[in-house]
Amino acid sequence: MVTSKRINWFRFSSSQAFYPLTGKMIPWFAATAILAMTTGLYIGFFVAPTDFQQGEAYRIIFVHVPAAWMSMFLYLVMAGWAALGLGLNARPSFMMAQAVAPTGAMFTFLALLTGSMWGKPTWGTWWVWDARLTSELILLFLYAGVMLLHASIEDTRRADRASATFALVGVVNIPIIYFSVRWWNTLHQGASVSMTAAPKMAATMLMAMLLMTIGFWMYSAAVTLLRMRCLMLDREQNPTKKHTLVMQEAMETH
Amino acid sequence: MQWGSLSEFLAMGGYGFYVWTSFGATAFCMVWEIISVRRRHAVAIARDGDRSPVKSPAW
Repeated sequence: MVTSKRINWFRFSSSQAFYPLTGKMIPWFAATAILAMTTGLYIGFFVAPTDFQQGEAYRIIFVHVPAAWMSMFLYLVMAGWAALGLGLNARPSFMMAQAVAPTGAMFTFLALLTGSMWGKPTWGTWWVWDARLTSELILLFLYAGVMLLHASIEDTRRADRASATFALVGVVNIPIIYFSVRWWNTLHQGASVSMTAAPKMAATMLMAMLLMTIGFWMYSAAVTLLRMRCLMLDREQNPTKKHTLVMQEAMETH
Repeated sequence: MQWGSLSEFLAMGGYGFYVWTSFGATAFCMVWEIISVRRRHAVAIARDGDRSPVKSPAW
């Protein structure tokens, strides 16, 4: 059933090409994720030395920092797709934004949880309302808002637009999280790795952390694309058939 | 390697609870997410058929 008068050929063609493409990409992302995480965990637990200040508790860094990075990175990816969707009025872009959101929310939750697991032994408290922790908690609420807003509006097109607009407004929180340790005096430590200065940690520690980050990144790509496949199947109810139907109609009229 | 035995490894210098809760929760969330999305995909395929021309594994 074609509801709009103008047939969106872009949608058919892109979805038709994109669905099998995701099927080819997912195994590669998954394999890279497994490989990176396995080596990352090995180096993190068996090669990286004990931290002279924090003892073995510091090893939480190998999940905490990658999860926190992914929570921010995935929000930017989601907002990017949302912006593209609003700009081009492209349904696949809105769908990508929705496909990213749950994974981003999961990493935000994990960043908060592993952070509190680190905070208790090193600071003596599970939680403190400092700028870094509070802005990361707000990030979790933003992800929840993006998903709940979409779920609460029945008309998919309106849900897409409302949710995407909300996601875009929430982008202001990302620089706040990133620079919070610099702008405010926080209990949370400053950046161990920054884009401008040499890392303040042992090479093996850094290696494990970067491998885990690559692993989480590739994991996110794989699981997001699989969710995108679900969304394509759910929303378009087999566009291959629909496409064939449109083609038949077009041929019959000539 | 700095671990003399398995129990020493599990103890994590007295921080075992915090370290293993962190890694355990992360692993649990990831595995749970994979299972739930794969299940959702299987349901959608059972309903619509896999329209992928390439024979991909049942991701």
